[in-house]
Formats: sequence, structure tokens, C-alpha cells
Amino acid sequence: MALTINHLLGLEGVPKEDITLILDTADTFYEVLQREIPQVPTLRGKTVVNLFFENSTRTRMSFELAEKRLSANPLNFSTSTSSVTKGESLRDTMRNIEAMKIDMVVVRHSAAGAPSFLTKCTDAAIINAGDGLHEHPTQALLDMMTIRQKFGKLAGLKVAIIGDILHSRVARSNAWGMKTMGMDVTLCGPPTLLPQHPQVLGVRVTDNMDEALFGANVVMLLRLQLERQGSGLFPSIREYRERYGLDLDKLSKLPDDIIVMHPGPINRGIELASNVADCSKSVILDQVTNGVAVRMAVLYLLGGGENA
Amino acid sequence: MKQIELLMDATALDRALTRIAHQILEKNSDLKNLGIVGMQTRGVFLAKRIAEKINGLEKTEMSSGVLDITMYRDDYRMALKQPKVQVTHIPFDINGIEMILVDDVLYTGRTVRAALEALNDFGRPKTIQLAVLIDRGHREMPIHADYVGMTITTRANQEVALKVKEKDNEDSVWLMELEKGD
Amino acid sequence: MRKKGNGQIIYMPGTESHPASILIKNGRVIDPANGIDERLNVGVKNGMISFVAAEVPQYFQPQEEIDAEGMWVAPGLVDMHVHLREPGREDKETIETGTMAAAAGGFTAVACMPNTNPVLDEESKIRYVVQRGTNCPCRIYPVGSITKGLLGEELSPFGEMVRAGARAVSDDGKSVRKSSVMKNALNYSKSFKIPVICHCEDADLALGGHMNEGLMSTRLGMRGIPSAAEEIVVARDIMLAAYTGARVHIAHVSTAGSLRSIREAKKMGVNVTCETCPHYFTLCDQDVEGYNTNRKMNPPLRTAADRDEIITALADGTIDVIASDHAPHVSEEKDVEFDAAAFGVIGLETSLSVVLSYLVDKDILMPVDLVEKMSLAPNRILGLDGGTLTVGKPADITVIDPKTKWKVDSSLFYSKARNTAFEGMELKGFARFTILGGAIVYMRK
Repeated sequence: MALTINHLLGLEGVPKEDITLILDTADTFYEVLQREIPQVPTLRGKTVVNLFFENSTRTRMSFELAEKRLSANPLNFSTSTSSVTKGESLRDTMRNIEAMKIDMVVVRHSAAGAPSFLTKCTDAAIINAGDGLHEHPTQALLDMMTIRQKFGKLAGLKVAIIGDILHSRVARSNAWGMKTMGMDVTLCGPPTLLPQHPQVLGVRVTDNMDEALFGANVVMLLRLQLERQGSGLFPSIREYRERYGLDLDKLSKLPDDIIVMHPGPINRGIELASNVADCSKSVILDQVTNGVAVRMAVLYLLGGGENA
Repeated sequence: MKQIELLMDATALDRALTRIAHQILEKNSDLKNLGIVGMQTRGVFLAKRIAEKINGLEKTEMSSGVLDITMYRDDYRMALKQPKVQVTHIPFDINGIEMILVDDVLYTGRTVRAALEALNDFGRPKTIQLAVLIDRGHREMPIHADYVGMTITTRANQEVALKVKEKDNEDSVWLMELEKGD
Repeated sequence: MRKKGNGQIIYMPGTESHPASILIKNGRVIDPANGIDERLNVGVKNGMISFVAAEVPQYFQPQEEIDAEGMWVAPGLVDMHVHLREPGREDKETIETGTMAAAAGGFTAVACMPNTNPVLDEESKIRYVVQRGTNCPCRIYPVGSITKGLLGEELSPFGEMVRAGARAVSDDGKSVRKSSVMKNALNYSKSFKIPVICHCEDADLALGGHMNEGLMSTRLGMRGIPSAAEEIVVARDIMLAAYTGARVHIAHVSTAGSLRSIREAKKMGVNVTCETCPHYFTLCDQDVEGYNTNRKMNPPLRTAADRDEIITALADGTIDVIASDHAPHVSEEKDVEFDAAAFGVIGLETSLSVVLSYLVDKDILMPVDLVEKMSLAPNRILGLDGGTLTVGKPADITVIDPKTKWKVDSSLFYSKARNTAFEGMELKGFARFTILGGAIVYMRK
């Protein structure tokens, strides 16, 4: 059993079998993480570069932990302290790192398509940790793993993703991946925070939160970037919270077995009320745990062995 | 692959497992301290049957688990793609336990070496004893089995294939040989 | 003489010796200005057109003969929208290499844009370009800037720029943001009878965008430039032209909405002309697939529906001119991730072939329309004397092979740059001979 893809650049076009294999493998790594010694020697001697051109503590930490649990050697590169500030091109940065003999690259970049560009610069396997507004596949995979853990299945479940869809690569990857797995996805947000041409994602889009939540098994909230208020994308936090935030009152009207998700970090009291973030239906912390397992699975499936 | 010889039929297989169960009991008096772990895939079924026999004989419920050693293999660098990992579930504390490790066929010994490394990450058993249904020789590691169902000599182009009712609808052990073009 | 591996040769004027008389025989002469479209012989002597007739006159002793059997003989083509990058970015292209590329593309004249460094916003800068163009294998007509430094505030001195050789003004690369400044520019241009060439782009709407805003940009996760960004300024510039009575020429039209405004304006008698580029009637935003930076330009490739509208507008005459918007870039600025890549593609050496392959070969345009849009109309708009094969005029002639297939290989281009949107594509037809002032400056075996 092997993946058909050689890199993880996104979930668009990734076949169902590949996603299933990653999730199944992630389940076994979840078990490893429960052990007294939560480490396996599989990627011993392999070097993985965490190439983060955008600031991110949590995703990078999650990847680094996954790499260490697989006994690989992580190498961290972040722009603030690097040659990029001296004007080095992406291609040159990659070449210089590769000259130190590395096996895999985990990359986060503000330009959509940067991971795709890197596949032309290096033989190493590339894992996209977020590229511009394009995709964030490992986040969507851990979201699906969490949903599958709670419901025992994916197909047929109804998911509502609510928030700043326009600027969310998480929403995009989830839309692609969940659609492949036969789930029913609705994207919801104020019209100014929805893409102008959403049809290409192939899922339902609405600006009405009640419509999005109707019959939903899973509600996923996205972080509102408060800086965007200044650029005219939404009028006030109060209005946003009222129309698109989730509080206990709205939650109580939904079925009992609904779960609440959020990719983090949370703006408590804005998209998610504090008491909802901490309630029993919230699986936000499970998402974080599963994140390490999913990333271990991706590293394992893409990283082992000599590539022919 | 073609079948060469039926090494065990259902009856012979069952008798071998019964004998092994008795042998284990003979060597390990303290049942409360005994644990059995079957190795994926077919070792799991054999371990279950041995545990059932022991439970039946001693009116007890022994600790059991299953182990997948894919992540501990020493040939992962050579595989083009990583093989699918199966379930590992050892729901009891293995520290200080007399551990019975069960596999279907003992060949080079590398699988068992990997299992020893894996168990090491779970804790420190008092002893690890190995039970196998078939020992076919050709060891590449200094590994030996404590309980053996049957010892046979084989050639490198042969394989020992275990079929179990739970998975393959029959109980049998066949000696197989590679044909030209396999 | 500058040779290329695929049988292309450029003969530089002034440094090489050129035959004093040439006979171009058996070609299909297409000269819409003189109402000619038939098989005729053309004679060139002492830099001028000596005769155009079925019979070669007795007295005519040609030093060189060109057998134009199966080919078209047209007045020299003019590309009225190119970027030669000199002064300032000679690493991307120079006036010399750019004019060689033009000659290789069949052009006898180009109009070059002022967004150089320094900007062509006064007499000395225009003179510099004109002077650098002597002994180049293509005529150069500089376009001066509308505003000083392209800053959109103060008008450039149109009078002295025209005196030095400028034939139009433009702030190409951007729009003049303040409508009051644009109105003043249009009014001022009337004194010099020059067209104001408009690059129409609402900078605020387009901000941060890298490709057309549409289904494709959503799929690729890229910020987009909505078509409205072009259409808003097209409408504004047309209205100001109507209001002031000045002459505007809309550069690189890419959207259906722009065409609607232009069509209506023409019906109302507004003095507006427009141009489009080969990539807008052949490619669309789907062709950015794989984050291909050689499909990144401004205005961006639009939807397939826009492309179809452009084709319709070419056929019905709404679009007057086809120009390349030749925009050379060094590989360091193109071989990078999409967001970081510079906007622009080259086009001098593929323009004619793309028009032949995608428009004439498909009967969307007749050969005479090709000459109209790539020679006669640019001449007329810029107030030049060419675009015809009239006896006594300077012999600027393009001999076109409309049939032979070839594959685009940018490594064989005369341009310094390699950023073509048509890399590897099969095209049909090209310029076999480019004759400038009676001298053969380019030929392709």
C-alpha cells in the first residue's frame, strides 16, 4: 500500500485512497503517541527541513515534534534570521539547503504555488505547510481524522465552515478533501469574506449562518483576522460576532452530538465564545494531538525508502 | 507460487497449538504474570487461540495484545514506498511480565529482532519467550524460538504459507515454491 | 551579419553593404491603402519603391531577386507597443537587440514606451532613444510620457518631445490616477495632434493581484485583478476623450466589458482607437495552470469568454491594431514563485505568426485585415508615412510566408529575453524577409 502522490502540495485532486491511507496510518501513529516511549525509529537518519517563510509557532512545532517522534533530524529555517532578508531567491535558498543533503522539506510560504515551485528546484519530497491563500493540506487531514475519530466515518456527514473563507487556505483544503471523502460541506461568512467565484470549489456557499448550521454534524470556526477590519472587509467585531460567532445560545439549538472545531489560534469571544471553546463538544485540543499523528503519517508515507 | 507439500492440516495445527499452550504453562507457573502478544498479521490469530486454550485450561483470563513491527523494520530504507502500518494494541503494562511473543513462521529472525526493539519502547518485561508455529531455518540473526510447532528444512526459493479460518476460510500450513516467472 | 542556428540572418544597416536594387517577384501584393490584393512584382531601388506591376519594366536591372512565390508582399509591419528597456535595464533588452527582434518578427518600425529609467519625459531622453536607433534594423518612434517621471502629477513637455521625434504620449505601465490631470493631458495633446495611449488600470482595485480574478485564481489561491479594474478606466478615458475632443488609443484591451464601451464610443463618434495583443486572443486564465510565470502579464489573461469577445471584435473591426506589448525580463525575475515574478511577456518574434496561425488561418481575419491591423492602422494612428507600397515611398516591406510550420524555441530568439507565452507551441507562418528602406535587414531560410 503506497501513496500515489510523491509530494503533498494540497488536497485538490488527491484520490480518496490516498487520503484514507494517510488517515489510517495516522490512527496507528496516534497509538504510538500514547505509549510510554512515544517514538519509533522509522525515519532515523533522515533530515527534514522546516522551511518557514511565514511566522508560525504551532504548525512548525507540530511538524518538528512529528519529525522527532519518527527519529528523524529536523532542521529549522525561519525567515527573520535568514538569508532571505538579504534578498536571496527562493530557488537559491532551497539549493543551499539541499547542498547539506536533506531528504524532505516542509514549507510554509506567503506565495501560492511556492511548494509547487520547489518541486522543480529539488529532488526532496515537499510537504506544503501552507502556501498563501492556496492550501494547508495537513490541517485538513487532521480535521478529517478528528471527525472520523468522533463519528467513526466521514462520508455523508455535514460540515459547516464559518468565518473568513476568502483568506482561509484551511477552508479550501477542507473543501477539496472533504468533498473527495463524500462529505457535505458548506462554507459560510459575510459576503466580503467569501471568494468572488466560489463555484470552483464545488461546495455550497452562503452568508447565512443558520442555513449553514442546519443539519450540521460538525461546525468549524475560522479565526477572524482583526487587522482586516481596517480594510473595510467587515464593519465591526460586534456585528461579526452577532452574525457569525458561535455562542452557547446558538449551540444549544443544534443537535447534541455536534462537534465544534477550530484550527487555532482562537479569538475567544469573537468567532467562538469562551464557554463554547471549553465545552464538551469542542474537540479543539484533539485536533492539536491529531495534528502530530497526521504529520507523522505524511512524513512516514512520503519519506521512507530510496525514491527510485 | 505452487503448493509443494501440506505441512499441517487443521487437526495437526490445532494439536500443535495445544501442545505449545501446555508447554508455556509448564515453564511459567505464575499465570498472573503472563502476557501474550501476537505479531501482525497471522501471529495475532495464533496468539488468540493459544490464549483461549490457556484460559480454558486454567480458568483464567490472560493479558493479551497485538503488535505491528512495520515501523521497526531494518529494511525500511530499501522499500520504495512505506508499507501500510497495522494496529498495535498492548493494553497492559509489560514491565516485569513474562511475555510470550507469537508469530507464525520463524525464518531469518529479523522480524523478531524488530519486535524486541518495539517491545523495548513499551517497557521492560521480565522475560520474552518466542512461540512460533513453523521454524524453517536460515537464521540471519542469533534468534531462537522457545516453543515450536514444527521444524522443517526449506530452500530459499520456498515459502511457508499459513492459512487461518478467520481470514482465509481454512486452517492449513502449506510449503510453497516460487515458479519461473513469479 | 548576425546568424541564428535555424537559418535566420540579420543584416545590420550601415555596417553591411546592401544591394541598391531588389526585385520581389511572383508574390501576392497586399496593399489596402492602394486597393491592391493580387499577384504582382515589386521593384525596390535606392531605398524607395520603384514600381508595383504585373510586368517588370525593361530598364529595371535588379542586383538581387527574391522569389516570393506562395508568399505575401506587404507594407512593413509596425508594432506600436514595445518595451525596449533602454535606458536603464539594458540587462533585459537594448535598443539594438530589441530592434533585431523586431526585424526578425517582420517589423520595420516600432513605437517604444517611456517607462524606462530615466523615464522618457523630456526632449533629451527622446533624442537619446532616437540616436541609439540609428543603424538599427528597425525604425524607432519613441512614445513620450504623459506625466513627468510617470508620477501622474505634472504634464511632460509634449511639444519638445514631439519635436525630438515622439509620436504619441502614454504613461503605460500605469494609468494617470487623477482624472483632472488626464483631462489636462488630453486637452494639451490636441495642440500637437498626437494620440494619448491609455494603459487602463484602476490601481486600487488591482492592488495585490497577480492574475485575472476568476475561477482559476480561486482554484490556485491567488489574489486576482478583476476585469472591472480595466473597464472602469477605459470608460473614464473614453468619456474624457469625448468631453475634450482629444484622440485616445486604448492599449492592450483584454476584457469583453472594455470592448463594449469602445464599440459604443465609436458608434457615437468619439475619437477612440484600440489595440489588443496576441496572447489575449489565444490564451486565457486557465493557461496559468501550474503557476506558469510566462503566462503572467498585465493586464492578465482573462476568461475564455473574454478571449472569444476579443476575437469577435477583431473580426468586426472594433479592434484597430494588433500590437505585442513586448516586455522583456531577465530569468531571475521570471524563474521564481508566481507572486514574486515580474509581469510581462515578449512578443516581437511571435506576433505575426500567432496572428497568421490563430486568425488568418482560421478565416477570422483576411490577409488584407492583417495588413490593416499590423501596418496601415498603426501608421495612421501615429501619424507616420508608411503602411503602403506606393511608388516613391521608402521601401519598408515585409515578405510573409503564411504556410510553413515551425515550433517556438526561445533560445533562438534575437531578443535578450526568453519569457514568451508561446514556448514550444507549433505556429504556422512567419516573416521571410524584412526590408527596411530598401535594404534587406532580415531573412529566414
